[in-house]
Amino acid sequence: MIGGFTLLPGFDNPLLWILGVPLGSAGFLAVLKDWRVATWVNVAAAVVTFISSLLLIHVRPEPTRLLFIDDFNVYLVVLTAFVGLTTSIFSAAYIARESEAQRLSDLHLRFYHSMYQAFLFTMLLALTANNTGVMWVSVEAATLTTVLMVSLYRTREAIEAAWKYFILCSVGIGLALFGTTLVYLAAQPVMGDGADAMAWTLMIKQAHRFQPDLLNLAFVFVLVGYGTKVGLAPLHAWLPDAHAEGPTPISAVLSGLLLNVALYALLRFKMVIAANGSTLTPGPLLVVMGLSSLFLSAFMLYRRGDIKRLFAYSSIEHMGVITFAFGMGGAVANFAGLLHMTMHSLTKSAIFFAVGIISQNLGTKRIAAIRGLTSSHPVLGWGFVLAVLAIAGLPPMGVFMSEFLVLSSTFARQPLLAIPLAIGLLLAFGALVARLQSMAFGEPPPHSHAHGKAGPLSTALALTPLWVHMLLVLVAGLYLPRELVAWFQNVARILG
Amino acid sequence: MGAQTSYDIAHLIGATVLMAGFSLLYQRRLFAVLNTFAFQALALAAAAAWQAHIQHAPHLYVTAGIALIFKAIIVPIALHWLVEQLGIHKNVETAMSIGWTMMAGVALVTLSILLVLPVTANATALTRESLALAMSVVLLGLLMMITRRNAVTQVVGFMALENGLILAAVSAKGMPLVVEISVAFSVLVAMTLFGIFFFRIRERFDTLELADLETHRGDRQ
Repeated sequence: MIGGFTLLPGFDNPLLWILGVPLGSAGFLAVLKDWRVATWVNVAAAVVTFISSLLLIHVRPEPTRLLFIDDFNVYLVVLTAFVGLTTSIFSAAYIARESEAQRLSDLHLRFYHSMYQAFLFTMLLALTANNTGVMWVSVEAATLTTVLMVSLYRTREAIEAAWKYFILCSVGIGLALFGTTLVYLAAQPVMGDGADAMAWTLMIKQAHRFQPDLLNLAFVFVLVGYGTKVGLAPLHAWLPDAHAEGPTPISAVLSGLLLNVALYALLRFKMVIAANGSTLTPGPLLVVMGLSSLFLSAFMLYRRGDIKRLFAYSSIEHMGVITFAFGMGGAVANFAGLLHMTMHSLTKSAIFFAVGIISQNLGTKRIAAIRGLTSSHPVLGWGFVLAVLAIAGLPPMGVFMSEFLVLSSTFARQPLLAIPLAIGLLLAFGALVARLQSMAFGEPPPHSHAHGKAGPLSTALALTPLWVHMLLVLVAGLYLPRELVAWFQNVARILG
Repeated sequence: MGAQTSYDIAHLIGATVLMAGFSLLYQRRLFAVLNTFAFQALALAAAAAWQAHIQHAPHLYVTAGIALIFKAIIVPIALHWLVEQLGIHKNVETAMSIGWTMMAGVALVTLSILLVLPVTANATALTRESLALAMSVVLLGLLMMITRRNAVTQVVGFMALENGLILAAVSAKGMPLVVEISVAFSVLVAMTLFGIFFFRIRERFDTLELADLETHRGDRQ
């Protein structure tokens, strides 16, 4: 016990399992030689993590010096554990096929599985950390694990992508650390030396007494630092390459989870700034960065030749929309931002699952070489069509609902800002639909089955996560349970 | 020893780190860059040790030790060896012209002083000055990363930036986790060096040269 806090959670505390299981299995997988067993250990660990995260909805552990759970991060923890689980199932099928094609050696596979669990651990730690320093260290470690996975294929492009990702994000998180130090300096005169002045739960209560000028300066560094990791324009240069060159399950968790974690870090700092009251309002900065990401990626979508890059730019677009929503602030826009974070996570990872199977089946990532998917691979093709239409924002999917909420709340408060937002969304919609048409319909290329040697079981395994995600997104678009709405509204209120 | 003396010594060491940061900007030969970096890391170790002494914070001696052993000795030696292995030791860096680089550096230092001093009116004088120095070192490191073309010097720029971050962290009175943060950075740096060696990366990838853009960008139609 230190100052009324216990440092580490006890065995009956779900947090111990949520963090301990991925960490322990990362170590175990590093020494496990048989990759077939490793894929299933990976899935089993993700199942345990997900079940423990569900317990958090009902059991709310007391905050400690290191870890805490509140209404905001609990939903991201559950989402992270869920997508971590579905991706591990997809990964089992994907890895089996990659190994058949002999693209990865046994050593690489061992490394891959170990890093996958280590990556989940760092993200979950960043989400639950009750200390700005611990959060920073875990985001840094998450960067490191993903760099290693992006470079897994050892091709020239993969090395280039990993290097670029590494350098840009290292500088980004370096600046975020400077911002973190400045926030500590703002808190220290009020809260005294030591860990109290870095704990979210304690800082937020005293934030009105922090020195506003120092917080302003700190927020600029935090915004640039963690903003690099969110992939906000103009700091997005690493994102398309890193998504395109790594193994596809990694693209799915990068897009679906890591960007959310970085945004979560940014929003926590924004909450402290907002609780202070006499600083600059961070809203306009977020709005500008959000809109510029939206526009840049909307135009870039038209010129992509590589299918994974296409959807990487689409991730920049959606992170832009989400950042815009949180920049607008207020109950409705925050609600829409939170909902959009969830919908984007589910839909984008589903798209990357589909893209992974497509590129394995056809042996290419070039959009021009992909044609007639709905007739050559119906279950996959229609799942892909559904997912792309969802991410483009077509009703009745969940993404439409959240985008509609962002747009309508903006219209109600700042009609002039709603116009560029609507134009950006329409531009992106047009690009995605045009690409989708050429890939999904028409005559399939003559040898489209040549690479599809995988058995029916492995194909079904690879397709299940895709359809589960799409089902959730569809249900969310048609009907959101009242408890969930109330919960999101509560979080939106905390965010201010 | 009076408060004034400890303040002066902290200031002096911080200024030495900054001076080394400037000196990194105009070194043309790779080995000279590495030696200057080792000197900067040495000054950082002294700064951390001095802060450990005046703040009565023994854990900062660990940070000082990491800076001394890892950054001032192991990393420069490893980089020396790496540069010879890659066969780029004869390279003369064609950075942005030195005059302009130095002027940009001076502008950045002015910027950090103008930014930091007004906003830290409530902090102690020790923290204020150290923070201004640290932010200057961070910005100079960034400038170096922008103006240099070679992967090794780019990494040295990153490490110089990181020296500034550690300088800020040790100067913030009572900041927890400084040791953990410096360990995390060391892992990052070790990984980078490993990456350069393993994949024999000589040039940084995102150059502005058109020829490179045409051949290396992965997204071809």
